[in-house]
Amino acid sequence: MKITQGTFSFLPDLTDAEIRAQIDYALAQGWAIGVEYTDDPHPRNFYWEMWGNPMFDLRDAAGAMTEVIACRKAHPQTYIRVNAFDAALGFETTRLSFIVNRPAIEPGFLLKRHEVGGRQIQYTIESYAAQAPEGQRYT
Amino acid sequence: MNERSPATAITGAAGALPPVAAADRVDLKALLADSNVTEVLDELDAELIGLKPVKARIRDIAALLLVERARKQVGLVGGSPSLHMSFTGNPGTGKTTVAMRMAQILARLGYVRKGHLVAVTRDDLVGQYIGHTAPKTKEVLKRAMGGVLFIDEAYYLYRPENERDYGQEAIEILLQVMENQRDDLVVILAGYADRMETFFRSNPGLSSRIAHHLDFPDYLPEELEGIAERMLATMQYRLSPSALAALHDYIPLRMKQPHFANARSIRNALDRARLRQANRLFAQKGRQLDRDALMTIEGEDLRASRVFD
Repeated sequence: MKITQGTFSFLPDLTDAEIRAQIDYALAQGWAIGVEYTDDPHPRNFYWEMWGNPMFDLRDAAGAMTEVIACRKAHPQTYIRVNAFDAALGFETTRLSFIVNRPAIEPGFLLKRHEVGGRQIQYTIESYAAQAPEGQRYT
Repeated sequence: MNERSPATAITGAAGALPPVAAADRVDLKALLADSNVTEVLDELDAELIGLKPVKARIRDIAALLLVERARKQVGLVGGSPSLHMSFTGNPGTGKTTVAMRMAQILARLGYVRKGHLVAVTRDDLVGQYIGHTAPKTKEVLKRAMGGVLFIDEAYYLYRPENERDYGQEAIEILLQVMENQRDDLVVILAGYADRMETFFRSNPGLSSRIAHHLDFPDYLPEELEGIAERMLATMQYRLSPSALAALHDYIPLRMKQPHFANARSIRNALDRARLRQANRLFAQKGRQLDRDALMTIEGEDLRASRVFD
């Protein structure tokens, strides 16, 4: 199951040229670029690991692309995303965030139905990948 | 088939694989007009005095890049030429100024994508403790990508007297990027001629990756006069006839002094003359000053210099 998070996630995976073009667009807007990765695919997982510091003074996408490629090399079987931060409000706001790498096989989620008072049902999703401890998922 | 054979590549002859979308002929003139590079080169000629060999070399490089573009249009592949450079010359000979122009020229010719200049020195590249250098150097390189990285006084990177110096690490990372990401950035190393020579001798890997060694000659006295006038014009000052004569006498005397730094010394001399002019005007408080008086530097402002003692 291909997870869909962030911008462009309903499109086929972006090629490197397309990623580069998106980063160039973000830089042209004056946004900073950060690269993050995680192996927990849950949509409510906000705690992605940072791959190095966000890059604030770039002029060209080549710099950010080297980091994307380096991160892919170090963590091929994880989700990697590129974030673009806008400082216009006085603090860094995520303006654009898209996935640039995903594990080869994505096992998807288990939907749990929990019956509570009466016929009411509470739903939970649990990713199959996250059942293994961190670092042993997707290997 | 041998698709690299120039004959088939140029004519796209039947039989061999014709290169995709390759034109038969290219108009170099149209390419030149298209790139606006003539404008930048003319500006360079008009705004920078002297530096003949440097300007000639920049024209060569511009021609090379244009021909490279033309070759691409007819489907010849040769890989982009290496354009890392070293600028050597005495202080104040215009190395930084030319580097700035170089970034513009390379951008116009489409060799670098953005054409900005990132000027750094040893402090920006070399860290203070183990493991500090690599991220620091990489950060600078990432910032410079798409443009030109200008390393001023590059010989400070290598300190042979301290074998544990982190400069070597910075040089190695630099080398790697200079070799592998030639399309992403152009590195210009600058410094005084003699020290750069020893630097290159102790780092042969670096020297061999730099195709263009540009030597900046010292300025002649009359070139320095021209530079002085141009500097004053941008600051909206002018020299009275007596000041012009004083400048004419001043320059050869200053050139004989120790620590003469070409255009930089002239700038300093002019700054001091402005100071004296301000003092002189201040002393005549009673008088109404007109625009002319405020703009003019008199001979006495220059003659007061200690060079004339």
